[in-house]
Amino acid sequence: MTADTAIAAHGGQTLRRSTRYRTLRRFTRHRLAMFGLVVILLLVLACAVGPSLVPFDQFQLNMRARFREPFAGAHLLGTDELGRDMLARLLMAGRISLTIGFCAMVIAVTVGTVVGTVAGFYGGAIGTVLMRFVDAVLCFPTIFLLLTLAALVSPGIVTITLIIALTAWMEVARVVQGQIRALRERDFAVAAEAMGAPDRWIMFKELLPNAVAPIVVAATLIIARAILLESYVSYLGYGIQPPVASWGNMLEKAQQYLTTAPWLALLPGLMITLAVSSFNFLGDGLRDALDPRSELS
Amino acid sequence: MSGFLLRRLAQSIVLLWIVSMIGFALLHLTPGGPLSQFTNTPGMTDEDLQRLTAQMGLDRPLPVQYLEWFGRLLTGDWGRSYRDDTPVLLVIGSRLGATLQLMVTATLIAVLVGGFIGVVGAVRRYSFFDQLVTVGAMIALSIPTFWFGLMVIYVFSVKLGWLPPGNISPVGNESLIVFLHHLIGPSMVLGLVTTAIWSRFMRSSMLDVINQDYVRTARAKGVSERIVLVRHVLRNALLPMITIAGLEVPTLLSGALVTETVFTWPGMGRLFLDSIGYRDYPVVMGLLTFTAILVIIGNLLADVLYVVADPRIRLQ
Repeated sequence: MTADTAIAAHGGQTLRRSTRYRTLRRFTRHRLAMFGLVVILLLVLACAVGPSLVPFDQFQLNMRARFREPFAGAHLLGTDELGRDMLARLLMAGRISLTIGFCAMVIAVTVGTVVGTVAGFYGGAIGTVLMRFVDAVLCFPTIFLLLTLAALVSPGIVTITLIIALTAWMEVARVVQGQIRALRERDFAVAAEAMGAPDRWIMFKELLPNAVAPIVVAATLIIARAILLESYVSYLGYGIQPPVASWGNMLEKAQQYLTTAPWLALLPGLMITLAVSSFNFLGDGLRDALDPRSELS
Repeated sequence: MSGFLLRRLAQSIVLLWIVSMIGFALLHLTPGGPLSQFTNTPGMTDEDLQRLTAQMGLDRPLPVQYLEWFGRLLTGDWGRSYRDDTPVLLVIGSRLGATLQLMVTATLIAVLVGGFIGVVGAVRRYSFFDQLVTVGAMIALSIPTFWFGLMVIYVFSVKLGWLPPGNISPVGNESLIVFLHHLIGPSMVLGLVTTAIWSRFMRSSMLDVINQDYVRTARAKGVSERIVLVRHVLRNALLPMITIAGLEVPTLLSGALVTETVFTWPGMGRLFLDSIGYRDYPVVMGLLTFTAILVIIGNLLADVLYVVADPRIRLQ
């Protein structure tokens, strides 16, 4: 055995014992989470490079090739009521839906984290007011609130992302508030305070890094929710507006052709279910890996 | 117990108050604000608008306006629909029944099917069945409700012809059988998500109880496994589920909106969507506030029922 491999083996031993390694192993052994991760990567890859490989453009109309069935002829997944290629549209729609899901998550997590941290750190009147506000927003059924907000703005990718984020930040705020409130009693936080560190430093440099695990879990689950919510508003006609395709608005017209062209309804719905369940599986696996105690049972 | 109930009641009132403020803020964010009905009317001059503003008291400070609005909210004067000038509460009331029918049947499905799945999953923990329904529940929570509705219509109405593709019941034929026949599809669709949630919570609630000392005692005494499971475990595991039923109200309301759209069911959800289409803001804001109040009442009721059902909480 050479010195190098000996060191490597020794290093591996230390690594194996470390918490980080055990977390990673719990995660990679979670079959559903791995399935979710692979599907998400494939979806992202397909939506990123796929459209340039499909020989049709998503907007290209062809009145002579309407309602072509999938797996028969030039159009792999068939065509819609205007003769547009379904595969090209599904992939371009995926870009929109996944992007909205991701961006809405970033905004929701940022807002939720800031509100939760401030509420958890200061407690008292500020904390109560903030958390009561969170409770109140949670009283509104999500779709009702989302549609009301959608009716107040002009529909577009940016506005839809923003209003989805506005209806999804509350749970992060609750999680973070609980964590921060517990953490601030711990010795290291008390010590930092005693040393005269400014509040902002304690909140964001001392406490928040210790609350990352539940935030990551919540973030993954919020992407799933955001993709689902985008499909709801777009299906109901207040989200992404045609001709730009999103998985939700592709289903808007599908109902009237359900008898003659069921694939128009089937395919986008399958994509949504696949993407959303993959993120849910991933979030579930992350929760089990990052915090083994929190398993539902 | 009365202390607990009073505290919960006070919390609910605070929530209601914040909800009303959010509702008021959203009303003023609508294009044109409370005057939107008139700004869109042709032939309106600026002077007319100013006169109306003064008439409706919209030139007063916002806090004053809010107090007046909140007062009207409490006395049941929720404004009138732009579309037909009917009082908002009457419009909502006429649609409430249809939505409640869906919500109640969906909850029944969730309690029976979800409850059963949860119980079996807990008793046969980590079995093939348990793992299958765990994955199944997560997928069910990932399916867009409206798409599931489309698939149900396709399979059961278009292909098999078993169920009507929508609507509450045809005009002129309003017998109970026809109504129930129309109810099956939408309740199935609305019940999917709640069933999944119920199966998860039922399972974990059962597992909590199964490990209790008194269950072990019962088994040690030689009580048959059936009686242990039904009398000792299930009865106690069902108690926390009352809370879950209360917490499910917002999910059910959101689901009802989508389900009613797919099945053209004449409930609050469709009313809400139609009102948004017509920019009928008094009805939109009324429904938004109304559903939030339903949610608050649902949570409060669940807490009260839980205390009534579980004497241990009364002692604490």
